[in-house]
Amino acid sequence: MSTTTIAATDLELSDEGFFVHPEQWTEDMVPELARRDGIDVLTDAHWQVIRFMRAEYFEKGTGPTVRVLGKTSGVSIKQLYQLFPKGPAKIAAKIAGIPKPRGCI
Amino acid sequence: MAQRVVILGGGTGGTLTANRLRRMYRPDEVEITVVDQDDRHVYQPGLLFVPFGLTHPEDIVRPRARQLHDGIAFRQSPIDHVDIEADEVHLSDGSVLSYDVLVVATGAVLVPEETEGLTGAGWMDKVFTFYSPEGAGALEAALATFGGGRLVVNVIDMPIKCPVAPLEFCFLADWYFRERGIRDRVELTYVTPLDGAFTKPVVSAHLGGMLNEKGVALVTEFNTGEVDGADGRLVAYDGREVPFDLAVVIPLHGGAPFVARSPGLGDELNFVPSDEHTLQSKSAPNVFVIGDAANVAASKAGSVTHFEGETLVENVRRYLGNEPLEAGFDGHANCFIETGFHKALLIDFNYETEPLPGHYPNAVGLPLLKESRLNHLGKLMFQWFYWHSLLPGRDIPGIGATIPTAGKTDATPASREE
Repeated sequence: MSTTTIAATDLELSDEGFFVHPEQWTEDMVPELARRDGIDVLTDAHWQVIRFMRAEYFEKGTGPTVRVLGKTSGVSIKQLYQLFPKGPAKIAAKIAGIPKPRGCI
Repeated sequence: MAQRVVILGGGTGGTLTANRLRRMYRPDEVEITVVDQDDRHVYQPGLLFVPFGLTHPEDIVRPRARQLHDGIAFRQSPIDHVDIEADEVHLSDGSVLSYDVLVVATGAVLVPEETEGLTGAGWMDKVFTFYSPEGAGALEAALATFGGGRLVVNVIDMPIKCPVAPLEFCFLADWYFRERGIRDRVELTYVTPLDGAFTKPVVSAHLGGMLNEKGVALVTEFNTGEVDGADGRLVAYDGREVPFDLAVVIPLHGGAPFVARSPGLGDELNFVPSDEHTLQSKSAPNVFVIGDAANVAASKAGSVTHFEGETLVENVRRYLGNEPLEAGFDGHANCFIETGFHKALLIDFNYETEPLPGHYPNAVGLPLLKESRLNHLGKLMFQWFYWHSLLPGRDIPGIGATIPTAGKTDATPASREE
């Protein structure tokens, strides 16, 4: 666990940098969160994925994997990698303020 | 009038459920029908051994109907769809089965065509899978004539059946090429979308170390976008490439295709979302799910299916008797990991508890998280138990459905993996 401050809010993050309390997230944190993961310009497509990640998390209890994102978010897997080159599911989950997608066991 | 239980799938979960229910009820109390599209029951743990000539496809396949007790009807037909509003299963031959309780036990299917290029040039020539009897048999022939070069083992993405099997394949390949005296001419590489050798941290570190000891290179966080069999390379979505002379690929998995044709039943990958502890589906209260067909946070493995059986059958009984369900399943999984040279290690874990060192199922049992000849014998012996004890729905002495803590060095629950 570690703590950080973004948009004047103290946040608790997991060792890998994911939100521990997704309800702490607000939209004005997104530019700073994105910058920390190397994304300087946020497009509408980024926002579409970020909002989709959060909606899925609150509906299903875990963020989607890349494969599920490609099938359901309206953005293809190739585009997802252009938007989040270091790994769409992980990076988008960090920026969307949700825990690490559980993937599978 | 008898209540009707229809079980879709005559594999591990469907067969043991049918047999346990048959023993629980007289035929005039509950009618049991099992549906499957074919009559070939594959002992899937055996597939790993086929490419190395240690067993043969015909030795691990038996008729499905013969594994079912008397008084269980077997219908051989593909399933067209399920109507969960009308409580009906529509078969491809046009007939309709009505049910009071439906058990979905149709497992996971391979969908290699979802990966660009995988079934194109080179498929079954220098790109293989051992996850089907046909693929495993073809791979045996390819390995036998492999004189050296780059052999790559690639998991495209999770979930897959038996997540340790691809690692076991690497360990056995190391052993196999040493036995043939050409290990120095074979470059082995394990390519995974995960950030380590395995999902569970303790096991991941242990198995990662074993790959290293055996000289198997590890490439992590590799999301395969394309398999180029003609040029012999895996291409990741992020642009990285891994070249190969022979590729052993574990294709994407999905649920059975009929799930996609059944409104409201499954998720986007055609698995059926279910309560992790009661195994009741989230689609309809009278639909239950066992084994690989379920979307629950447990491994897709025969041991999990076996341990689920007890809870599932009890909950079908409670549902038919209008009693509240039991949240009995704890995610228990138990895997022998074959490591080559007649040794294996054993891991035991559930939703809450990480695999721990110690002994299973108690202090004088098999060593956990440690290579031993005893575990290898356990793995070989298990095939007998599978046909003669697990499928008939008998309990294996000393092997309970929930995770044992006796014999483990530190059985305090680990933090839940996210």
